[in-house]
Amino acid sequence: MRPTDLLKVLPQGLYCPPADVFIDPVRPVERALITHGHSDHARAGHGAVLATPETLAIMGVRYGANFAGSTQAVRYGESVTIGDTKFSFAPAGHVLGSAQILVEAGPLRIVVSGDYKRAPDPTCAPFQVVPCDVFVTEATFGLPVFRHPPLGDEVQKLLRSLQQFPEQTHLIGAYALGKAQRLMALIREAGYEKPIYIHGALETLTRLYQAHGVDLGDIRKISAEDGTLAGEIVICPPSAIQDRWTRRFADPITAFASGWMRIRARARQRGVELPLVVSDHADWEDLCRTIRETGAGEIWVTHGAEDALVHWCHVQGLRAQPLHMVGYGDEGEAEPALPHDSQQASGAA
Amino acid sequence: MNRFATLIDRLAYEPRRNAKVILLRDYFATTPDPERGYALAALTGALSFKHAKPALIRTLVSERTDPVLFGLSYDFVGDLSETAALIWPVAARPQDEIPEQPSLSTVVETLASLSKTELPHRLAAWLDALDETGRWALLKLITGGLRIGVSARLAKTAIAALGPHAPDAIEDVWHGVTPPYRELFAWAEGHGPRPEHSDPAPFRPVMLAHTIEEDDFDTLDAKDFIAEWKWDGIRVQAASARDEDGRVVTRLYSRTGEDISNAFPDLADALSGIDAAIDGELLIIRDGVVQDFNTLQKRLNRTAVNAKMLAELPAAIRAYDVLFADGRDWREEPFVERRARLKRLIREHGSERLDLSPVVPFDDWDGLRAARRDPAALGADAKAIEGVMLKRANSTYLPGRPKGYWYKWKRDPFTVDAVLMYAQRGHGKRSSFYSDYTFGVWRAGPHGDELVPVGKAYFGFTDAELRQIDAFVRRNTTNRFGPVREVTHTADEGLVFEVAFEGLSRSTRHKSGLAMRFPRIARLRWDKPPREADRIETLETLADGAAMRLAAPSEPDERTS
Ligand SMILES: [Zn+2]
Ligand SMILES: [Zn+2]
Repeated sequence: MRPTDLLKVLPQGLYCPPADVFIDPVRPVERALITHGHSDHARAGHGAVLATPETLAIMGVRYGANFAGSTQAVRYGESVTIGDTKFSFAPAGHVLGSAQILVEAGPLRIVVSGDYKRAPDPTCAPFQVVPCDVFVTEATFGLPVFRHPPLGDEVQKLLRSLQQFPEQTHLIGAYALGKAQRLMALIREAGYEKPIYIHGALETLTRLYQAHGVDLGDIRKISAEDGTLAGEIVICPPSAIQDRWTRRFADPITAFASGWMRIRARARQRGVELPLVVSDHADWEDLCRTIRETGAGEIWVTHGAEDALVHWCHVQGLRAQPLHMVGYGDEGEAEPALPHDSQQASGAA
Repeated sequence: MNRFATLIDRLAYEPRRNAKVILLRDYFATTPDPERGYALAALTGALSFKHAKPALIRTLVSERTDPVLFGLSYDFVGDLSETAALIWPVAARPQDEIPEQPSLSTVVETLASLSKTELPHRLAAWLDALDETGRWALLKLITGGLRIGVSARLAKTAIAALGPHAPDAIEDVWHGVTPPYRELFAWAEGHGPRPEHSDPAPFRPVMLAHTIEEDDFDTLDAKDFIAEWKWDGIRVQAASARDEDGRVVTRLYSRTGEDISNAFPDLADALSGIDAAIDGELLIIRDGVVQDFNTLQKRLNRTAVNAKMLAELPAAIRAYDVLFADGRDWREEPFVERRARLKRLIREHGSERLDLSPVVPFDDWDGLRAARRDPAALGADAKAIEGVMLKRANSTYLPGRPKGYWYKWKRDPFTVDAVLMYAQRGHGKRSSFYSDYTFGVWRAGPHGDELVPVGKAYFGFTDAELRQIDAFVRRNTTNRFGPVREVTHTADEGLVFEVAFEGLSRSTRHKSGLAMRFPRIARLRWDKPPREADRIETLETLADGAAMRLAAPSEPDERTS
């Protein structure tokens, strides 16, 4: 069997013909395997869904209990066989419940990694290398300028700012699933013990993390009585960072936790004053390292900066191709839109 | 280097002036000599490294990276130093073999003596040892691209915050101290003597005026004031004195204390004999006629001076105050006394390059109002005048902007009714508001009348008005481009602003062909439909006909009192 007989790209997503299932389909399908709960990978409306129990729980709180016709939970290390094809789930280290899916038919092994990272994350199980023939990888940060800094430094940047500017609210934009909770855990690891305040949009997912045993300390949803929250940490979804909602705070310093914050122009464009380079995706070196460690001779790149990673693979003597899959890019950790036309507007004067 | 890098990284994103002062103060307070002194020098532009060019960085990086990957990365990042800093490959090395990171002092001191051929190797070794932010800071520093919004004045304010002295006191000694400023820091922290001027012709902090308000006239007595024309040039301070060896030292300073002598060699002769420090306006005076600011701008825009330019655009100083003369400080004397002394100085040393700013005679406020309205009637070069200055006759010369002594009374601004076209988010406190507005006026287009943008304004309105405009922008957005929103602007729907501005000139850099100087929102015309806003022809007439008072846009406070 050739790899393309086992997995191929259809408009709905990655399709496995012998088992008649899709992985992370972007449109409703009969049977779907889901790598993790981010909305671009996990969508509502499929017939049957197979995923880790955590991912199913995340989909449940985001889409309601009836997000699929039926569900089946598969734990890390477990596998499910459909016809002659075996599917096994291994941790991807991306967010709570995130999994790589190993697809096996006879001796042929393909790993669909979903989104993944190698950096430490106290809120989810660490990435596990799964040897394979074909490795399907993301490339969100697939350029050699992305080398994520040590996490401790970024958290210290925040804590130092709190000391220097104790009269100001520190408002941090972070993606609602994964990044926000990881940030809370990292802030706790750095010894910060005061309450951390959150925007209402983060509440259910944060409570779900806590219910899964992730220790985040005292997390409080902002209420009307909280006042200006001067000198406190407030975490909100990126879309709220410049929202009118922020006017209640004490001259807020706006921070944003994202791998994109590595690039100054991106941070400035978003009006960020305290960029925190914290990413839930593998950086360039971890992408390259992971590809090497899987031992795969063939690499398929799903989404992100495909060109650079494919080029690198070729230089390493690996077969590689971009899958040009449409519809992916995390909820927000996808590249922020560039205001191409704003030049026109501002250049006018 | 890393602490310095962390500082400038933070400063580069910080929009608030007070926050910048705190960041700098904390850095100075916790960083030893000479490191903090070199940081101060780097921030105030007192360092330059002649051998480090972007081409060298490009060469070093391309020797170490795959050209395809570098190309893709550079495209993505868009800045050479930043791309180089981020992509620079870091050799894997054992934990205990962390290379020694260069301090800023090491970098500055080494580069001062390093030959051009040694530089590539040394630079590469430093880049190997630093992290991403450190590499970025190093590359920005040595290529002269360290533009992070820290003015000299801001740095001095931060130094003042270290101890008992006021920013103006720091300003007073500033021109006698050099990097790494050990004696300056020691004194600023209160444990060293005041640094003595080693410069015989130092800069002295300038006195600035307040804008006069209508009700001020009720409380001010016209008899207490002397009026002068407010010249539309650049505020300068000229100082000339002999050093210890008897050589004449002549310097020309901007109002913030930058030495701009090199840009005006044609003034050196006129100033070298004055043996004094004077305050005045730098103007272009051709055949005895003061030229408009637009003409002066032509000269300011050039970095190199050549003979042709010197002949065509002769610089001159119109003096209005004397700060130092006869070997003593005159700043403690009342203005009338200083003016008398200045008159004498000009009588002795005056030339076509150096003359006296005349007083404007008036008996009462109405009389001055009339003079202000029509300077030409009093024989003044009206096209270079932007109002009148009022100076209290008995006032001493006080640095900064003290209240109650000097007032500027600008001529009335021009106004135009324009339509809001785009709105952009503000920064800092205003980041949740659409507070920067691009506005346009009507012109004939291929498909009938259309709006063409003519300017941008981000102040002039009250907080309450800002909230109203912000709400309007959100309700009437037709398109979004990142932080910018396009706002409804049809003949019938849209928001009309009455925009006030100081001048207008022809410009090829703008779509409308016009550049507006110092525009601000004067009034919100909710009552006015966009079709009744002004047309481009009105502005064009103004630009051509009234060219005498009009000039390219600039922040007026940077160059006038
Ligand atoms: Zn994801
Ligand atoms: Zn993804």
